[in-house]
Amino acid sequence: MWKWLHPYADPERAYQLAGKLLPWFSILALGLILTGTIWGLMFAPTDYQQGDSYRIIFIHVPAASMSMAAYMGMAISAFIGLVWQIKAADWAAASIAPIGAVITFIALFTGATWGKPMWGTWWVWDARLTSELVLLFLYLGVISLYASFEDKVLAARAAGILAIVGVINIPIIKYSVEWWSSLHQPSTIKITEESAMPTEMLIPLLINIFGFGMMIGALTLVRFRAEVLARNGMRPWVRKLAQEQGAA
Amino acid sequence: MKRGISYTRAFMTLLKRDLQIAVRHRGDIFNPLLFFVMVVTLFPLGIGPEPQVLTRIAPGIIWVAALLASMLSLERLFKADFSDGALEQMMLSPQPLSLMVLAKVLAHWLLTGVPLIIIAPLLAVLLHLESNSYGALIATLALGTPVLSLLGAIGVALTVGLRKGGVLLSLLILPLYIPVLIFATSAIDAAGMNLPYDGQLAIIGAMLVGSLTLAPVAIGASLRVSTN
Repeated sequence: MWKWLHPYADPERAYQLAGKLLPWFSILALGLILTGTIWGLMFAPTDYQQGDSYRIIFIHVPAASMSMAAYMGMAISAFIGLVWQIKAADWAAASIAPIGAVITFIALFTGATWGKPMWGTWWVWDARLTSELVLLFLYLGVISLYASFEDKVLAARAAGILAIVGVINIPIIKYSVEWWSSLHQPSTIKITEESAMPTEMLIPLLINIFGFGMMIGALTLVRFRAEVLARNGMRPWVRKLAQEQGAA
Repeated sequence: MKRGISYTRAFMTLLKRDLQIAVRHRGDIFNPLLFFVMVVTLFPLGIGPEPQVLTRIAPGIIWVAALLASMLSLERLFKADFSDGALEQMMLSPQPLSLMVLAKVLAHWLLTGVPLIIIAPLLAVLLHLESNSYGALIATLALGTPVLSLLGAIGVALTVGLRKGGVLLSLLILPLYIPVLIFATSAIDAAGMNLPYDGQLAIIGAMLVGSLTLAPVAIGASLRVSTN
């Protein structure tokens, strides 16, 4: 059943597939983020309580939810790499980590700038904020562990184990607003019930969430291609590619 | 098929060996403990000796110092065995690696965690901890320090093969220590206000059971990566 997947474990095939997917992800990311952000910032109605400053939600929520999604993506890739010894999955995990760290930082930063006018403070030590900060530390730990091994095969395995151990933090972030009484509001977007948000605000938000997902996908593909080339520098197909690119 | 000695005997042998080695290098037991005492001493000097302030921050100081002491002492957990090849022999032995690792972590906890629990009430007196918080302090340390040893051992196992593991180790394991710290200090604070704190204790207990089951597997896998 999964036989069609096996050829893509080959670095050359994976590199080419990533190259084919890249324009699609980039176009979708650009289109969705432009639409969502312009709609959200210019046309979505003003909030009756928070005024216009609520509009940072169109960056904050997509960044925050995608920071967790990217972590899960990294952990799943790391798991596949550890269990089935597929190197392409290890490289994918290594390429997601810095992107996830930046997205997590964006979520924390926009959260702080939103917190200042609404809560009157840049930062509070409550469960949601602290667990998101721990997520940033976990990303940084995975990145520095990957960087500190000379042998990148070992590096990917070690960083993979750490990434999998860190998955425990994801449900804590998700449910922190329900388990603890927190200054951070509970989630407004619900999949099974009706969302606690008017449709005119919800649609641009959802567009931006998907846009951020596509953007992470596109950036990961770029880094993945670079990682594949860096790890396979001695292979004939990479040399041929380099010669062709150099001639052109 | 003969598998050599039984699991229990292998476990006890390794535990006894590690304890014996530590007793012969007494510094390994006392240095983390001295570090713990020193860190706790620094806070009243830095913050000022007002008893009300110290009472308020005592649980946090003791627990943060315990985290740091545990982390520092963990650094040498696998180092000697890694460099003299004993670790590879443990991996080649027919007994599961997670069992051996558990024995080593238990030995580490007996040597660094238990003395820390014994000395903590003394430091709590120096910091003017609320008199009704002592039970909570001992209980959280008793349940929490094994969790620190188990989680920390994962980080140590990942970095044992690296030459410069020290700073990296703190980056890897301190984020994992945060939940223990949060619940432990909140339990001690609750006890100080005469509120029930069994909920927090139950969560730390759950962390202990969870890490006792899963951490040895992760430590074993990490050691296999590190020794390759």
